[in-house]
Amino acid sequence: MSDTSHDPKQGPVPSRRAFLRGAAATGAGLAAGGAAAQNAPDPLITQVQDWASGTGDGVDATPYGMPIEFESDVIRRNVEWLTADTISSINFTPIHALDGTITPQGCAFERHHSGAIELRKEDYRLMIHGLVDTPLVFTYADLERFPRVNKTFFLECAANTGMEWAGAQLNGAQFTHGMIHNMEYSGVSLRTLLDEAGLTSAGDFKDKWIYVEGADASSNGRSIPLEKALDDVMIAFKANGEALRKEHGYPVRLVVPGWEGNLWVKWLRRIEVTAQAIESREETSKYTDTLEDGTARKWTWVMDAKSVVTSPSPQAPITHGKGPLVVTGLAWSGRGAITGVDVTIDGGKTWQKARLAAAGQPMALTRFYLDIDWDGSEMFVQSRCHDDTGYVQPTKNQLRDVRGLNSVYHNNCIQTWWVKETGEAENVEVS
Amino acid sequence: MSKYLKVALISAACVTGGAAPSFAADLGLGRAALPAEIAAWDKDVSPDGTGLPVGSGSVEDGEMIFSETCASCHGEFAEGVDNWPKLAGGMDTLDHEDPTKTVGSYWPYLSTTFDYVRRSMPFGAAQTISDDDVYAMVAYILYSNDLVEEDFVLSQDNFLEVEMPNADGFIIDDRPQTEYSQFTSDTACYDNCKDSVEITMRAAVLDVTPEETSSPAPALAPAAVVETAPQEPAVEVAPLEPVDIVASFDADLAAKGEKVFKKCKACHQVGEDAKNKTGPILNGVIGAPIAHVDGFKYSKDFLAAKEQGRMWDEALLAEFLAKPKAVFKRTKMSFAGLKKDSEIASVIEYLKSVSQ
Ligand code: HEC
Ligand code: HEC
Repeated sequence: MSDTSHDPKQGPVPSRRAFLRGAAATGAGLAAGGAAAQNAPDPLITQVQDWASGTGDGVDATPYGMPIEFESDVIRRNVEWLTADTISSINFTPIHALDGTITPQGCAFERHHSGAIELRKEDYRLMIHGLVDTPLVFTYADLERFPRVNKTFFLECAANTGMEWAGAQLNGAQFTHGMIHNMEYSGVSLRTLLDEAGLTSAGDFKDKWIYVEGADASSNGRSIPLEKALDDVMIAFKANGEALRKEHGYPVRLVVPGWEGNLWVKWLRRIEVTAQAIESREETSKYTDTLEDGTARKWTWVMDAKSVVTSPSPQAPITHGKGPLVVTGLAWSGRGAITGVDVTIDGGKTWQKARLAAAGQPMALTRFYLDIDWDGSEMFVQSRCHDDTGYVQPTKNQLRDVRGLNSVYHNNCIQTWWVKETGEAENVEVS
Repeated sequence: MSKYLKVALISAACVTGGAAPSFAADLGLGRAALPAEIAAWDKDVSPDGTGLPVGSGSVEDGEMIFSETCASCHGEFAEGVDNWPKLAGGMDTLDHEDPTKTVGSYWPYLSTTFDYVRRSMPFGAAQTISDDDVYAMVAYILYSNDLVEEDFVLSQDNFLEVEMPNADGFIIDDRPQTEYSQFTSDTACYDNCKDSVEITMRAAVLDVTPEETSSPAPALAPAAVVETAPQEPAVEVAPLEPVDIVASFDADLAAKGEKVFKKCKACHQVGEDAKNKTGPILNGVIGAPIAHVDGFKYSKDFLAAKEQGRMWDEALLAEFLAKPKAVFKRTKMSFAGLKKDSEIASVIEYLKSVSQ
């Protein structure tokens, strides 16, 4: 068959997504292997192309650059029917189209309870009060003068994969697992700030809490044990080297490593040291997990170990036919570092150990690869990760056995993609 | 502040975190928070009543205020409109499939309701309600859940006496006991782990995944993130009369107005695909009759004004946007009003630009 999609005479190449769809449909018909014979010389090689002859954009064409137009499908997407309104809603990171581990801010998912507000650094104030020796107010400029730290962490919404409790529902890794991002944060350790206010008044730290709140209309208040606050919590003002985006809490957000995203309060304005949990709406009505008998777990802060194959997947079908295939995905654990990832292509009859792109880092995303020679037959692809506490990611049925079907949050089950002979993939559950 | 403790904390940090910065001095950054500042922001209320302000409110008053400021989203009886949260009902459903979680059926503490309503509601005009009115509305929400009688008055004195049905319905995270011991790496199988693999469920059957161009209506109520029912189909809107646009139009001002309009988006949509939400579509509203969208449920005040043939000219709209309730006492638009004249002028200009 001829590979017309690359012929410059055909005019503009169709969008990458349309191309993927078309190619997927005919994928199985493509010649196997990378070294397919070429009968006629490739005009992309034999003819002088415009870009090899004329000139491109000068510097300053885009003082702040955006991805090239051909990547315009690599964007956050929302599922309209999930919520009444986009102002209190969520969208999803296009993890199916990303590689490596760092999530660019521009496509990192958003979750707001009353919209993303615009708060200037000049108008920003952070108050620390409650059981501290001296209640203090900091400006943004004050925060920049504290000794600084840089750390990379994943943020996962507790509801990530939540729509899948009852059954396979959304067709794409972006929608099933895209409430996650992973960034390198620069900021100040919360311990440093609490220390500046003094904690002698707090007495025994063991039964004390901090209550954190944002400057937006929802305020999204949450209680966090003081011991966690003093352990590894950060106040961040930069992510991946540049200022936080508005939608992620510019100018200052809380970073709570390994714990559910709702605790990472954006537009952070107040930290109160308290003698009890406040039991705010976000820690009672929401972010609690109803079990089979109707009782609910509360204070389920830690995100358990989880992994997902990002490609091949429904939005990232195989377009090249049989032969060498890169199976890749992400793994993470809120309780420590990923120590290994296993991948199966036969729905769990046999498992192989995937290759980690780099050794797992605590509470940060780990990229894995499995390089296989695909024979073109259907596959049931799954991944399963292990962390350094000795925990292994469970199946959906193992979780349902403990929790029943009515939980929404903390679904860290093994995900299955049914990859068909055409290279297309679908979200399924298997026995 | 205790220097002694500080040194202890910092040395601890240096031992545990390899990359933690080391310093041992009080940096003297920030300034003391003033009592008035703490009072302005410290609004949280705890289960034991810590933080409750002095005040009281009756079910009767609450019903009136709720109907005016909350019912457009949460329903007259707190039963929830469309996709907006239900605040009442769902008793004894927690062990059913798809439980209905409301203040009455699920919330363990009454303090949470007070705290949340005072701080975060109404949506789009948070922190505009007096403490007495918050007491009244919380009383009304209790009444809607059949938890108090209609002559009940809630105050800081009897607050802790109210019994919440699901107060004992919560346990502290027990995953370490119930799950971690089962899900261990040494149980992981690698070969001959099962005989057969059959598909038991397919996402394509449900077909609720958004498409690039349009999102299909879901086939089945999902176990949604935000625990909501699927969206109602768009309301049909009668074609609008052509409007006589005010001659002058300032595009720059309209651009500024588009930003201001973010404050309205919780309730209003504009443009080609606009739907009625909590508030009506605003396409072509300037120069149109009051209550200009057929089929939208306007307040009696609005309908009366429409009967009288009143129109939205710029002056009336400016007055309305500054203080909605000053113009129409019983308007359903629960919005505090725009504070700056410049915001009002620009948002009106913006509304002119979406007149089609
Ligand atoms: C414009 C629509 C709107 C209006 C008006 C409104 N609310 Fe809400 N309400 C919401 C939305 C949206 C949420 C959920 C917000 C979120 O996702 O964080 C909510 C949540 C709530 C909740 C928590 C529900 C739960 O299950 O967690 C309570 C209680 C509540 N509102 C009370 C009120 C009261 C009382 C008023 C009147 C003063 C009011 N609301 C007015 C839209 C509205
Ligand atoms: C909390 C929800 C809410 C918010 C926020 C809100 N509105 Fe409204 N608006 C309504 C409702 C409900 C009505 C219908 C009023 C009635 O029936 O009394 C309305 C009516 C109107 C009307 C008259 C429409 C007609 O057909 O007569 C205009 C104009 C309007 N709003 C403009 C605005 C603008 C501009 C903003 C932002 C600055 C805004 N509104 C914010 C809910 C809202």
